[in-house]
Amino acid sequence: MIRSASLSYQYPNGKQLRFPDVNLSAAEQCLLLGESGSGKTTFLHLLSGLLKSQQGAIHINGHEITKLKGSALDHFRGQHIGFIFQRNHLISALSVKNNLLMSPYLAGLPQRSERVDEVLRQLGIGDKKNSRIQELSQGQAQRVAIARAILNKPSIIFADEPTSALDDKNCELVIELLADISSQNKSALIIATHDQRLKSHIPKQITL
Amino acid sequence: MNLFSLVWNYLKARPLNTVLNIILLSLGIAVITILLIFNKQLEENITRNAKGIDLVVGAKGSPLQLILCNIFHMDFPTGNINLAEAEKIAKNRLVKKAIPLALGDSYQGFRIIGTTIDYPQLYEAEVREGGWYKEVMEVTIGANVAAQLQLRLNDEFTSTHGLSADGHSHDAMHFKVKGILQKSQSVIDNLIFTSVQSIWKVHEEHEEEEHGEEEKAHDYVAVTNSSLLVPGVEAGDTTKEITSMLIRYRSPMGAIQLPRFVNSQSTMQAASPAFETARLFSIMGVGLNILNGFAFVLIFISGLSIFIALYNSLKERRYDLAIMRSMGATKQKLFVSVILEGVLLTFFGALAGLILGHLVVTLLGNMLEETQKAGINGLVFYVDEWIILVGSLLLGLVSSVIPAFQAYRTDISKVLAGN
Repeated sequence: MIRSASLSYQYPNGKQLRFPDVNLSAAEQCLLLGESGSGKTTFLHLLSGLLKSQQGAIHINGHEITKLKGSALDHFRGQHIGFIFQRNHLISALSVKNNLLMSPYLAGLPQRSERVDEVLRQLGIGDKKNSRIQELSQGQAQRVAIARAILNKPSIIFADEPTSALDDKNCELVIELLADISSQNKSALIIATHDQRLKSHIPKQITL
Repeated sequence: MNLFSLVWNYLKARPLNTVLNIILLSLGIAVITILLIFNKQLEENITRNAKGIDLVVGAKGSPLQLILCNIFHMDFPTGNINLAEAEKIAKNRLVKKAIPLALGDSYQGFRIIGTTIDYPQLYEAEVREGGWYKEVMEVTIGANVAAQLQLRLNDEFTSTHGLSADGHSHDAMHFKVKGILQKSQSVIDNLIFTSVQSIWKVHEEHEEEEHGEEEKAHDYVAVTNSSLLVPGVEAGDTTKEITSMLIRYRSPMGAIQLPRFVNSQSTMQAASPAFETARLFSIMGVGLNILNGFAFVLIFISGLSIFIALYNSLKERRYDLAIMRSMGATKQKLFVSVILEGVLLTFFGALAGLILGHLVVTLLGNMLEETQKAGINGLVFYVDEWIILVGSLLLGLVSSVIPAFQAYRTDISKVLAGN
């Protein structure tokens, strides 16, 4: 599903980072561990094509994404990759439903209302469909963000510190949801985190 | 979801800002629209009303007043001219047609004009009911006069001296409505037509009231050589006076020779409607230009305000933009979305402005007698309004291009890593 080989990145200030190779098959999950500043986010951005100018190769679903450029890369990202961030970054001007529909719209996929209902129900927030973002609690908002990431059934989900802003209860809930969804949708899951609470949930771990 | 509903929701999320920008632009656009409507309609009305009249001859005074009084019926007469002297000019070989006007009285603010039927026929007047006046003290009235004063055929009324309803009234003489004209969208809609003799008769009575029985009423029976200007009056009658005479040239040569010929006579002057209205417009032009300039300042400020609003809101929306990029939005799409936001704002502003402009003109037309009489109508639309609309969309484009470029250049990785 995703395979990287001899990846390295040079920061504008000249500092160079070399990253370990990653090899995940469908529905496989992996933690990316490391202290703040160890390059977890950079690694994640490289793997997902948000950041360019690296050396090495990345294959996702058989596509060599380092060779994709401009709109083609944007398009690929929209269709094959889902993102979850520490802060949810939902678009506050839109309702929950419209936030979710942005995902297929921007990826150029058909917008299906049933799919929105299905995912929201799966995440236990079916009643929040028409809510405004400001009305959600932090845990609910994070689940909406997860719903948005998985709506297109991406081949791979990248999560950057998805639980560090959550309390223990919500943390537990979110990591279990992510793991469930990953195995249900046959999506690979990579979680970059320094949250020690996650270590017990996912056995495969890469430390930077 | 689509780009339009995304942008729409962004605008709705900042209602105060959005409304302020729309109001700001709409005020500027409204002023421009009002000026446009007034200018267009004044010009149309002036050309329509001055059609077929090359020269106005009247008593010495302000030539502009002569035109305003005798063509647009908006000012007072400059004085009277002697009928015999006027006839001399009417007989000139350069004159194709000469129409006498005798002013002085009004009824409920509508001017009564003693003239020949040639005058209303300049405006292709058609009788809707009844017929043209024939006898002395018979009148044919314009459409607006009939509608506003509820006058019907065979109704009688007495006139008052001057143009206002509270002038000295001539109670002894009764005018009788013989006909009502069809609406013509020109000045004749607001006029009451009668023969020159009727005006004389009313004022003879008037003088008799003052001077007792000194002068007997003139009789119009023994006419051997009828006047060229006023049928039924002896030619060369030196006692009769009229207010003015409208002249149509036989050839362009008239424009060169006739005004000089008239002005050389000590008691009369000639004024050209084309020249005087052009002068009037250049006098008004200064005021109009200032208003126009003011409108453009408003529009410029609204453009600036839209720019600042977009620029600031994009700072708040950096994460939105980065997230959208991560979900597959291309740079071009974000660029277009910001442009769309600016253009949508100016579109609504322009639309509101155009509606406001027409509304104000319509209200003015309904409330002010002057605009009504000048024939200003707020419900007429002009091609130029498309230019205003397109110009506004361009303004939106220009105001949003820098913020849009900012959105285009969003560094996804940097923004997302910065949390």
